[in-house]
Amino acid sequence: MSAPPRPGRLSPGDVLRVGAAGLRSRRLRVFLSALGIAIGIAAMIAVVGISSSSQAELDRQLDDLGTNLLTVEPGRSSDDKPTQLPDEALGMIARIASVEAVSAVARLPDVHAYRNEHVHPAQTGSLTVYAGRLDLPETVGLSPVSGRWLSLPTADFPTAVLGWTAAQRLGIDGTAAQPQIVVGSHRFTVVGVLRPVPLAEDLDRAVFVGWSAAAAYLGFDGHATTVYTRTAEDAVVEVRMALPRTVKPGAPNEVLVSRPSDALAAKMITENAFGGLLLGLGAVALLVGGIGVTNTMVISVLERRSEIGLRRALGATRGQILLQFLVESLLLSALGGLGGLLIGVVVTGGYAATQDWPAVVPLWATVGGFTATLLIGAVAGLYPAVRAARLTPTEALAGI
Amino acid sequence: MNVVELTDVTKTYPGGVRAVRGVSLDIGYGEAVAVVGRSGSGKSSLLNLIGTLDRPSSGQVRIGGHDVAALSDRQLSGLRAATIGFVFQQFHLTPGVAVRAAVADGLLYSSVAARERLRRADTALERVGLGHRLHHRPHELSGGERQRVAIARALIGDPPLLLADEPTGNLDSASGETVLGLLTELNAAGTTVVVITHDRELAARLPRRVEVADGLIVRDEREPGVVPFAARIGAAR
Repeated sequence: MSAPPRPGRLSPGDVLRVGAAGLRSRRLRVFLSALGIAIGIAAMIAVVGISSSSQAELDRQLDDLGTNLLTVEPGRSSDDKPTQLPDEALGMIARIASVEAVSAVARLPDVHAYRNEHVHPAQTGSLTVYAGRLDLPETVGLSPVSGRWLSLPTADFPTAVLGWTAAQRLGIDGTAAQPQIVVGSHRFTVVGVLRPVPLAEDLDRAVFVGWSAAAAYLGFDGHATTVYTRTAEDAVVEVRMALPRTVKPGAPNEVLVSRPSDALAAKMITENAFGGLLLGLGAVALLVGGIGVTNTMVISVLERRSEIGLRRALGATRGQILLQFLVESLLLSALGGLGGLLIGVVVTGGYAATQDWPAVVPLWATVGGFTATLLIGAVAGLYPAVRAARLTPTEALAGI
Repeated sequence: MNVVELTDVTKTYPGGVRAVRGVSLDIGYGEAVAVVGRSGSGKSSLLNLIGTLDRPSSGQVRIGGHDVAALSDRQLSGLRAATIGFVFQQFHLTPGVAVRAAVADGLLYSSVAARERLRRADTALERVGLGHRLHHRPHELSGGERQRVAIARALIGDPPLLLADEPTGNLDSASGETVLGLLTELNAAGTTVVVITHDRELAARLPRRVEVADGLIVRDEREPGVVPFAARIGAAR
């Protein structure tokens, strides 16, 4: 008696070819069920991509602006009265060893800025007038998009520098023509317009005038309302602790210290929480897509019983039939996954472009997304493939 | 040794239908046999048993010397791949798959490299007279041509045993004639051919006829003077 016959082996190429053959003959159905997967993956990739891009933009801003900026503002006294920062606050802060730069602005709450004298006084445009110190740009990180910052000797005269939003609201698009605006009851010449300031957005709506000009023309009392402090990167926490007592040794509780980069990061976290919700929606879409793949595969097995029978007659083992349908399901999902990745990347890129962000799709998201589709393909295809493999050759050949 | 040896074989289906009720049948290498019977006679069950697509309820089935009962499902698959070529009434050609690829698939489960499969598909198609139709798809072919493609797929692996289930059942008489001629040629070249049919005229053209009724062999007659191929070449296999 001769040795027992051994089943043939399929090469990996044959396995792929046989799996793909089933897809080629039903293109519309394959497209639709792959689309289900693609939508799920695209949603997840886009959510992760957009959130990462926004994070990258934040990192870029923080890089540009630094996380070592601290602001000092007057708080309320223990009997709930508004307080003021002492005049010597700036000098005291500058003497802290790790402080690299210190500057201040003073808000002039009763002074408003207008395009000209004909504007109704109530139409303030939500602009705020500040007295700004000459070293403010270096400390906060301001740079002019047009013109320049206040400097001596013009800072003693009625000249103004506008924040980005303020310039837009006042209709000033440049300083070349030396436009004039009305601040309080005086005409001020605009000498500069600033770029947007992400770390201190209220400065975007600011109209800056010189410290001495404010005193001369606008009745400014000389008390700073916000002191900006740059410290060494590794000393931010200590300086933050030390600031209240430095500014007001007698009443440190009347001094508010904050770190604007923390506020930006907090804003980011809120946006991420929203992203988590969308991510969950994407996962649901993916699940539904997986069910669609199972459905397609179950129908495929039903329709192709005679093909299964033929393959068994040609010598295919149960395992080879199982593998064929599993590979078909994997290819179907992979097709959807690749399509979804592509759509997700395009959506992320498009959205980032409109926001002027760097487009970032993290590698872990693409690899994870693709792995998820393969996992879904395997799970979705398992039941139909097992059903196909369980058919006896005669059952399969009989059913048409 | 015989390529097919059935000894007291029965087949009872779930529900108690006894399709084969004790059949003993030997088919030698190189024979050409018609298994003939009405529908419901049990001849299709017999085909499934000879083709190792099904296992007997009792009795012994030996194909190519292997006792089917002793083989696992995997080993049976290997036996089918190496020993048996099938031709079905419905052709079983997948729509949209070109003739050459369909024929090459006859060797898919025989551990033959893809390039070699295609080369041998060309040879097999030449053999059935379709060498000029390599790249046609099934819907572009006539019924007779389709069945010749199916025959090419069955013979590409050069199996010692070719099982044909109503091979002319879906064909007009001229196409049927071509297919029968082809099977006769194959037999002349040494392949054992077993044709299952209900068509007595067709059966009469084969040198040995096994008539089945009610799950039993009621007649087994040979054309006098016809010597099985294996006997002629000295049972080389």
